[in-house]
Amino acid sequence: MKNKQLFWTVLGLLLVLTACSQPAQKKVKPIQIVGSSAMQPVVEMGAHEYLKKNPAQKVTVQGGGSGTGLSQVQSGAVEIGNSDIFAENQSGIQAEKLVDHRIAVIGVAPIVNHGVGVTDLTLTQLRGIFTGQYQNWQQLGGKNIPIVVIDRAHGSGTRAIFDEAVIQDAKKMKAQEQDSNGSVQRMVADTPGAISYVSFPYLKKTFTTLKIAGVTPTVNNVTTNRWPLWGYEHMYTKQKTSPEVRALLYFMQNSAAVQTKLLPRLHYIPIQKMQVVKDENGQVTTKSSEVVNDGSD
Amino acid sequence: MDPIKTKIQTRSKETRQEIWGQLLSYAAIILIVAVVCSIFMFVASKGLATFTKDHASLRDFLFTTDWSPTTMGKDGRPLVGALPMIAGSFGVTVLAVIFATPFALGTALYMTQLAGKHGQKLLQSVTELLVGIPSVVYGFIGLNVVVPFVREHFGGSGYGILSGAFVLFVMVLPTITSLTVDSLRAVPSHYQAASLALGATEWQTMYKVTLRAALPGILTAIVFGMARAFGEALAVQMVIGNATLMPHGLLTASSTLTSVLTMGIGNTVMGTVGNNALWSLALVLLLMSLLFNLVVKWIGRKGRI
Repeated sequence: MKNKQLFWTVLGLLLVLTACSQPAQKKVKPIQIVGSSAMQPVVEMGAHEYLKKNPAQKVTVQGGGSGTGLSQVQSGAVEIGNSDIFAENQSGIQAEKLVDHRIAVIGVAPIVNHGVGVTDLTLTQLRGIFTGQYQNWQQLGGKNIPIVVIDRAHGSGTRAIFDEAVIQDAKKMKAQEQDSNGSVQRMVADTPGAISYVSFPYLKKTFTTLKIAGVTPTVNNVTTNRWPLWGYEHMYTKQKTSPEVRALLYFMQNSAAVQTKLLPRLHYIPIQKMQVVKDENGQVTTKSSEVVNDGSD
Repeated sequence: MDPIKTKIQTRSKETRQEIWGQLLSYAAIILIVAVVCSIFMFVASKGLATFTKDHASLRDFLFTTDWSPTTMGKDGRPLVGALPMIAGSFGVTVLAVIFATPFALGTALYMTQLAGKHGQKLLQSVTELLVGIPSVVYGFIGLNVVVPFVREHFGGSGYGILSGAFVLFVMVLPTITSLTVDSLRAVPSHYQAASLALGATEWQTMYKVTLRAALPGILTAIVFGMARAFGEALAVQMVIGNATLMPHGLLTASSTLTSVLTMGIGNTVMGTVGNNALWSLALVLLLMSLLFNLVVKWIGRKGRI
């Protein structure tokens, strides 16, 4: 008897609750964002800022990887797909059906274990390391320690940026792969002779950050493309979007809260600061669309 | 009408309960069977698409070592050589079980034959505790303790099959131990009594009677341990180095089926060759666990005394 009473009470409560939440859902469409796990914190914090001004809006941000984000937005399962690589470069995605909204730029820097005795390499030397041409740091003016190459997983945005700028058309050797900046940080700090690369937010004192032909990896060098290892953080939508999605994207791209406060704090580069534009083939032009020297050797 | 007649002819409350219960359990069975079947069909259809739709060759998949599914080989087929991962998976599994079995056997023998009540209880709770620790914790310990240990004492970068096997050793130990304990407990006590009465020592009884009678159970325990090791993803991924290279030894970075799967699945798009190739790996995993189950069944049938 008691159980039955409890059952009906719970059922009644549920009905009342769903009835209450109904009108709120009718007003604003919730926005679902899925994709790149590297972008997740930034987008989450940006959305949090947006929600302060639009408390009625519901936004959920999930990780899952750039590929997941792009395929989910393409299939219409979510409103926005985060990706740190161009949709044009992801196989299985019809990029012309999606609209690219770039919210930030991220820099990538090569890092080595403290003990290797090298702090500056040219792009050609760096390529030589990742293609297996050099096996020992001695060959590059460092100490007699074998080189341990640590790569990122295939399809990672950070790897795409690195490969495009450094490896280009050369054939990379197979190496250990890690699936996050965090584990790369740890491994390079702990493993003698290790070399890898991480995005700017993950640069730390526990390992050595390399210069490339004398250029240091700074925000200013990225904005002029003197530091060539950088890429965009994209938020992709379908051609047709709801006003709610447009409002959120406008906020991410233009508001001071995101662009001048949040992004620099997280070591991202605001999109407006960039003096150059990069296309999906890695071709860099100044904003007046004139081809510039891509700053490498 | 006669009240007794109506009572006999109409369904009683208990009968209705019975029918209701039966319906519920049938529904549950059907649901579970349907879920298992659809998982199987889903993984199989996705995994086979690599060979039917993307025209990769099965022989390349099983016997070559070049894994980069998004690039085409010279013959115009995608490069899906999964041998490094298959070898890596078997490597860590076999090694972990070889490490773990003697310890598990010893622990189980002590628990069932030698220990008093307190010792038994203590070991019981210790093994149960080991089961409850989430695999990411094992992975983290592996990364912080096992990898530096292997690097210092065995050489190499510390990432590789040996580290993976060390981590898995701890993870499969409780599985093998508790199943072995069960099978040792199931040995009828009069076997041991008879052996002791014939003048055999305690050690002879254990070695020649108890262990022999429990052998099928112990083998089952080992196979279950292998299944657990084969399917473990996270902890192994953290310490094995994840290089899709044929393992040259126990100290070079290599990869397992599961580690490649978890690393790649988020970065590929459904329906593309890169994604399908990962599903093929999943299919191999599924078939392997099916095989492990069949082996367990087979041992159970063959091993009865």
